[in-house]
Amino acid sequence: MNIQQLTIESILEGYRNKDFSVTDVTKMYLDRIKQYDATLHTFNTVTEEHALHDAKRLDQMLTNGDISLPLFGIPLAHKDIFVTKGIRTTASSNVLDDYIPQYDGTVVSRLKNAGTVLLGKLNCDAWAHGSSGENSDFGPAKNPWNTEYIPGGSSSGSAASVAAGLTPVSSGTDTGGSIRLPASFTNTVGLKPTYGLVSRYGVMAMASSLDSIGHFTKTVTDSALLLNVTAGPDGFDSTLRQEKENDYLENMKKGIKGIKLGIPKEYVSEGMEKEVKQKFEEAVKKFEKLGAEIVEVSLPHTDYGIAVYYIIQPSEVSSNLARYDGIRFGNPRSSFGDEAKRRIMLGTFTLSSGYYDAYYKKAMQVRTLIIKDYTNTFEKVDALIAPVSPTLPWKFGAKVDNPLAMYLSDALTVTINIAGIPSLSVPAGFSSNPKLPIGIQIMGPHFSEKKLFQIGYAFEQETNYYMEVPEL
Amino acid sequence: MNYTTIIGLEIHVELNTNTKMFCRCSANHFGAEPNTNTCPVCLGLPGALPVTNKKAIENCIKIAQALNCSINTDSWFERKNYFYPDLPKGFQTSQYLNPFGFKGYLDIKVKDETKRIGITRVHMEEDTGKNTHTTVDGEKVSLLDFNRSGVPLVEIVTEPDIHSGEEAKAFLTELQKIVRYLGVSDADMEKGNMRLEPNISLQKEGEKGLPPYKVEVKNINSFRFVDKAIQFEEKRQAELLNNGEIPAQETRGWNENKNETVSQRSKEEAHDYRYFPEPDIPPIHFTDSEINELQSQVPELPIAKTDRYVNEYALPYYDAEILTREKSLADYFEDAVQDGKKHDVTPKQIANYIINKKVDSEKTVPAELVTMIKQASQKVTVDSSTLTPIIEKVLSENPKVVEDYKGGKVQVIGFLIGQTKKQLPEADAGQIKSTIESLLK
Repeated sequence: MNIQQLTIESILEGYRNKDFSVTDVTKMYLDRIKQYDATLHTFNTVTEEHALHDAKRLDQMLTNGDISLPLFGIPLAHKDIFVTKGIRTTASSNVLDDYIPQYDGTVVSRLKNAGTVLLGKLNCDAWAHGSSGENSDFGPAKNPWNTEYIPGGSSSGSAASVAAGLTPVSSGTDTGGSIRLPASFTNTVGLKPTYGLVSRYGVMAMASSLDSIGHFTKTVTDSALLLNVTAGPDGFDSTLRQEKENDYLENMKKGIKGIKLGIPKEYVSEGMEKEVKQKFEEAVKKFEKLGAEIVEVSLPHTDYGIAVYYIIQPSEVSSNLARYDGIRFGNPRSSFGDEAKRRIMLGTFTLSSGYYDAYYKKAMQVRTLIIKDYTNTFEKVDALIAPVSPTLPWKFGAKVDNPLAMYLSDALTVTINIAGIPSLSVPAGFSSNPKLPIGIQIMGPHFSEKKLFQIGYAFEQETNYYMEVPEL
Repeated sequence: MNYTTIIGLEIHVELNTNTKMFCRCSANHFGAEPNTNTCPVCLGLPGALPVTNKKAIENCIKIAQALNCSINTDSWFERKNYFYPDLPKGFQTSQYLNPFGFKGYLDIKVKDETKRIGITRVHMEEDTGKNTHTTVDGEKVSLLDFNRSGVPLVEIVTEPDIHSGEEAKAFLTELQKIVRYLGVSDADMEKGNMRLEPNISLQKEGEKGLPPYKVEVKNINSFRFVDKAIQFEEKRQAELLNNGEIPAQETRGWNENKNETVSQRSKEEAHDYRYFPEPDIPPIHFTDSEINELQSQVPELPIAKTDRYVNEYALPYYDAEILTREKSLADYFEDAVQDGKKHDVTPKQIANYIINKKVDSEKTVPAELVTMIKQASQKVTVDSSTLTPIIEKVLSENPKVVEDYKGGKVQVIGFLIGQTKKQLPEADAGQIKSTIESLLK
C-alpha cells in the first residue's frame, strides 16, 4: 500500500478489513512528516501527542466495531488560519507566533466530530496574503514536485502536504485563488465552495465578502466526502445559506453526456504559457470525448477582475486586521510582515474619505457587473472550464520583488470570488521539463457543487493524473 | 452682544435585551465581575463573526417610531473603523448611510409652551468595553472590562433645535420617559444606560445659519449637570466671542467637582472612520406588515397620555404630568378609575389621593384604593360612645404628645388625629379633632 496514494476511501476500507489501526495510520503519517517536512516545510505545528491521543480513542471504537463516523480515523491538517482550541495558531505570522486560541471554529469542530485525527497546522502565506507561499513569516513551503519551485499560495502548506502524502486531506481557504492555484500547482484536487456554503466562523478573516472555506484532497470523491461534513448552516455565520444539501456524492458517477461546458474566451488569451495552453486544449478534447458539448462564451468584465479584487480585498483586510492590536493577545503590530503592511495601507487608503467613492464604491459597482457576467453565462451553459494560472509554477524569488506581478497571477481566479460562485481545481497534466503540475478549474452557478463533482469525477477517471505522485 | 445658544444632542440608550447585539452573551453587565460575560465574538478574537439580535433591532425601530421617525425598511450595518483599547475588533459595528429611523421629532413643553425638536436619526450599534484608568501597586494602569462590549446601543441624534439648558433637560426627561414606556431600557443616567453629549455653539444676533464651530461636551452623567454644563459653555463661549475670538472646535469634558468644562482634544479634523457596509451581516429588510406590527406595540406615549388625562378626566396638567411620569403608575391610575366608576369615585379624587398620599401601588391594588377613597370621603359621624373611648385610649398611650399639645405645640394634634383614624378609618377628621380638643381643654 503506497501511503502517497491513500485516500479517505482506501483508509476507511483498510479499517473495515482490519488491515491497520488508526494508530498505525496516524504513526505512518507522523513518520513521513518527520522524514520529509524538514525540507518541504509544510507544517508550522505538528500535534503528535494530540494525534496519537485521538487515534487511541478512535481505536477503542474500532475494537468495538463502531466505524460509522463519516471520516472515521482519517488524519487531516488545517491551514494555520483555522482556529484550533488549545493548539498554537499563527496565521504564519510573527504577530501570532505563540497564540493559543480559546475555541474551535465550526469546520474544525465538525471535522473533529466526524472522526478525523489532527496531525497539525499548515504553513501558508501570512494572513493568507499571497499566491506563492513566500509571504510566510516562518519560511515558505516547497513544491514536492520540485523543491526549487513554489507550491502556490496562499494555502501553500495545505496543497504541498497532500501532494507529498504527509496527510491525506487538508483544509484551506480561497479568497482570490488561494486553494485553486496551489492545487493546480501540486496535482491535487482543490475545492473553492460557493460563498455562503461553508461557515467562516473560526477562520481568521481575510476579506469577509470573498473568503471561501474549502479543502485539498487527492481525489474528487474525497473532496465530496469532506464537503458533506463541512457544509451547512451553523448559527454563527450570518452569511450562510440556511438550506442543507443531503449528499454531495449524489450523481457524481453519472457521467457528463450532454452537459454544456462553456469556455470563457477571455480566459484563453494570448498571454498564456505554451504548455499551460496545451494542457488546457487537451483537457477540452477529453471533455468532448466524454460527451460534453463545448460552447464558447464571454465574460466581458474579466479584465476588471484584478482591479476590483485588489481594491475590495485590501479594504476588507485593513479592517479585519485591526483586531490584532497586541492588547488582548498576540505581538505588537510592528510584527506584521511587508505584504500585510502593504495591504493594510492600500485598504486604509481606498476606504478613506475623499477616496471611498472612487475606489471601494466603484469597485463594488463593477462587482455587480462581474456577477451579472456569470449569471448570464450560466443561462447558456451548465458549467465553465478554464485554466487556473496563465503560467506554470515559478521558481522561488522570481516574483518576490514585484508585488504587482505577483498579483497578476490571480487574473484567472479572482472573478470567481468576486461573484461568489464555486470552482473545483482538478489535475490536468504536467509540463515536460521540469515536470510540474498543471490544473484546470470547473466553475458553476452558486451552490452547484454536485455538478462540479460530477464533471470533475468524469475527467479524473478518464485521465488518472491523480495516480501520479512526486518522488521525494 | 446677544447670542442664541444652538444645541444639538447625541444620546446613547443601552437596551435591556437579555443578550448582546451580536452574540449570545448576557447583556446584563451592571455590577458583574469583569470579563465574565464574554465570548470570542464580543472579545474580537480571531475568526469570530456576528449574529444579529433581532429583538434589539425591533426595539430600535420602536424608539424611532415613538419619535415620529420615518423607518428605513431596507437598512444595513456599517463598520466604523478606529483604534482604541476598549474596541476589540478595531471597528464598531454601527450604522451610517441608512439608519433604521430618520427625520422624526419630539414635542416638549417648556414653560407652558410646546416646542418641536427635530430628530435627525435613530440607529443601532454596539457598545464598547469599559476602560478604567487607575493605579495598581503604585503603577498607573488602564484596566479593560469587556462585559459591556457588544451590548446593544441605540443612538439618537437631534437637530440643533435646542436653545437652552432648560430645553435640553425637558427634552431628555421626555425621551427618558418614552424609552421607559417602551420598556426597552432603564435609561438611567447614573447607571450609564443613557448617555449624552451636547454639541453647543452660540449664534450672534442677526446671524443666519449655524455658527462656524461647535463644542462637544462629554462626561455628563445627570440631567442636572447637562443644564450646568450648557450654562458654563454659554458663559465661556460668550466671553470669547465678545473678545472677537471664535471658540475652538473641540471636545471638552465636564468636571463635576470643579463645575466647569475642560478641553480634551481638538475636533478640528473630523476623524475619518472609513465607513463601509458590514460584509458579515446581510442587509436587513422589514415588510410593511412587520413595521406596522412594531408600531402597534408602541403604547400610548407620555405626551399623548397627559393630554388625554387633561381632556378625558378633567385633571389639571400638573396632576396629569405626575401621573404619567411612569407607565406603571399611569396604568394603576386608570385601573383605579375604571373601578371607581362602579363606586362613584371620580378620577379627580383618585388623582388627588395618589398624588398627595404617596400610595404604594405594589401593596394596594386599585380596587382597594377606591375603597379607601370612598371611606375617606364618606363623612360618617361616629357615635361619641364609640369615638370617645378610642380617643381616650390614644391619649393615654401618648402622654408625651398630650404634654406637648398642652404646652402649646398645637400642631401635634395631627398625630393624635392620625392615630385615631387608624382605628376608625371612616371617622371624619374634623369630628375627631373637635373631640380631642374638647377632651384636652
